[in-house]
Amino acid sequence: MPEEQNMAKITLQNIKHSYLRQPVESQDYALKEVDAVWSNGGAYALLGPSGCGKTTLLNIISGLLTPSEGRVFFDDNDVTDIPTIERRIAQIFQFPVVYDTMTVFDNLAFPLRNRGVAEDKVKLRVNEVAVMLDLEDSLKRRASGLTADGKQKISLGRGLVREDVNVIMFDEPLTVIDPHLKWLLRSKLKELHQQLGITMIYVTHDQTEALTFADRVLVMYDGTVVQVGTPVDLFERPGHTFVGHFIGSPGMNILPCEIRDGAASFAGNVLQTASPLPTADNERVEVGVRPEFVRFDDSGFAVEIVKIDDLGRYKIVVVRCNDSTLKMIVDEDIRIPSESPRISFDPEYTRLYTDGWVVE
Amino acid sequence: MHKTVNQKAWLFVVPVVGLVAFNALIPLMTVVNYSVQETFGDNVFFWEGVKWFEQVLNSDRFHDSFLRQLAFTGMILVIEVPLGIVVALSMPRKGPWVSVCLVLMALPLLIPWNVVGAMWNIFALPDTGLLGRMINGLGIEYNFTQQPVAAWLTTVLMDVWHWTSLVVLLAYAGLCSIPDAYYQAAKIDGASSWAVFWRIQLPKLKRVLTIAILLRFMDSFMIYTEPFVLTGGGPGNTTTFLSIDLVKIALGQFDLGPAAAMSLIYFLIVLLLCWVFYTLMMRGEEQ
Repeated sequence: MPEEQNMAKITLQNIKHSYLRQPVESQDYALKEVDAVWSNGGAYALLGPSGCGKTTLLNIISGLLTPSEGRVFFDDNDVTDIPTIERRIAQIFQFPVVYDTMTVFDNLAFPLRNRGVAEDKVKLRVNEVAVMLDLEDSLKRRASGLTADGKQKISLGRGLVREDVNVIMFDEPLTVIDPHLKWLLRSKLKELHQQLGITMIYVTHDQTEALTFADRVLVMYDGTVVQVGTPVDLFERPGHTFVGHFIGSPGMNILPCEIRDGAASFAGNVLQTASPLPTADNERVEVGVRPEFVRFDDSGFAVEIVKIDDLGRYKIVVVRCNDSTLKMIVDEDIRIPSESPRISFDPEYTRLYTDGWVVE
Repeated sequence: MHKTVNQKAWLFVVPVVGLVAFNALIPLMTVVNYSVQETFGDNVFFWEGVKWFEQVLNSDRFHDSFLRQLAFTGMILVIEVPLGIVVALSMPRKGPWVSVCLVLMALPLLIPWNVVGAMWNIFALPDTGLLGRMINGLGIEYNFTQQPVAAWLTTVLMDVWHWTSLVVLLAYAGLCSIPDAYYQAAKIDGASSWAVFWRIQLPKLKRVLTIAILLRFMDSFMIYTEPFVLTGGGPGNTTTFLSIDLVKIALGQFDLGPAAAMSLIYFLIVLLLCWVFYTLMMRGEEQ
């Protein structure tokens, strides 16, 4: 195995994929148009709701699926038509896969033996990985007798044991693990990433998982990548209303917006925003602001308080203005005005969206 | 907790008890009754103890038919199970051909046993049957009514034709229930197709194959109609399996005592072998 060939930049170029034989409209595509670059050694998360195409995208990178259109590059090599086994990729699936008739040791050794690695080297690697995953004590046991999280550790181990991988991809790997171990294993993966420096792609629909694991997060929605960025980017500068809504708890307020006389306004109140005014005037315009950036302000506009949820360190206040309701997060030490409350948005974090996409 | 006492519930159990008694217990007890007594008709019985059992167990005739039975069952299991797996593996997993294949596979199972026997009898007749004429036409002397080897080959072939489908359908169902993730993981792990078969498919088929083997074992061990129609147990006694022999003793010679004793021994052998099979195949399952 030529070690220097390890690791590569992965480039996806105009990837489209449909599971139908003759796709016609855009609804027929599981992936509509994806361009993405995964640079060497990064920790990525692929975040999105169920059914948005995350797994399809992973399977295209690993070669389990050939995309209907577009090319996949590892560095400068077009690998679109290269079979999985030659791609130097490890992939861990949502549900644990173990080879029932083999021992834990043989399970971990399986990917190496299939690639003709010498037996003493196999032993060395398997023992290393077993230590990483706390599996040393069960190496001699039959894999079928293990619990779900033991089995998933084996699946993880089969990915980690190889030295020839460009990238390790995790497809919602902690779904079947109970919460306490979930946290431990996630930290373990993060630690392994720092230790090994291999590119890792972590697919999940759980924002906490994505934001804690990854340096960069790709948010997917309905077959497209809607935003790529650091967790901070996604929080402060959502590129799409979906990102604003999906990430954050509670999600971003998305409110109807009018453009009149060269200014954006919500419910008749002129707003200062970080976005320039949109040019085309036939599109649906919305204004987005996170609950964290809405505050009580006597010089703001009048609202009516609907509900206050006290969460201890902060409160979530639901207010109504005209027909729209919006949420605001208020620190515990801030007094909530009891009569004629007024609020304002922080202009730096208030953005305009046309048809869902941010105006910049 | 207070337990409700309702004796009327017994009324619901009575029909089942009656039915089981009528179709299983009473006939079985009649057999037991015959197996320990001698009768010359007119419902006059003489106590004989275990004489008939001793006679059956010590008779060469029983030993021979028992060995023939073992050989037959062994042969068809060795052929049908691997063949069934191979056919199931080569069937399409999706697409329009799936239903075509399934129907084709199910067809032999729908044909009544005596019809299968008659079909193969006519098919294999050396002078008029398609198969018999063809083989003789190739210059090989073949006559299943006179050559023991030919009679055996034809009987085994008939059973394989009739029952391999059962193994195919069970194995196919087992294969379809293996999640895709296993195949994907195997690809990622660089497994060869042989390793996929050996490490994923076969272990996952274990349960359905256990059922297939048990069913084929029981059915073939008690086979009667097909060989009876095809060869009548001949030439000579060469294809006289246990049940054919049993019928000859019971209804041909009207030796009800020995026949009853043989039935019970036969029953116990089937039960015992099923238990052995099941225990062996399920070993190491629970951990």
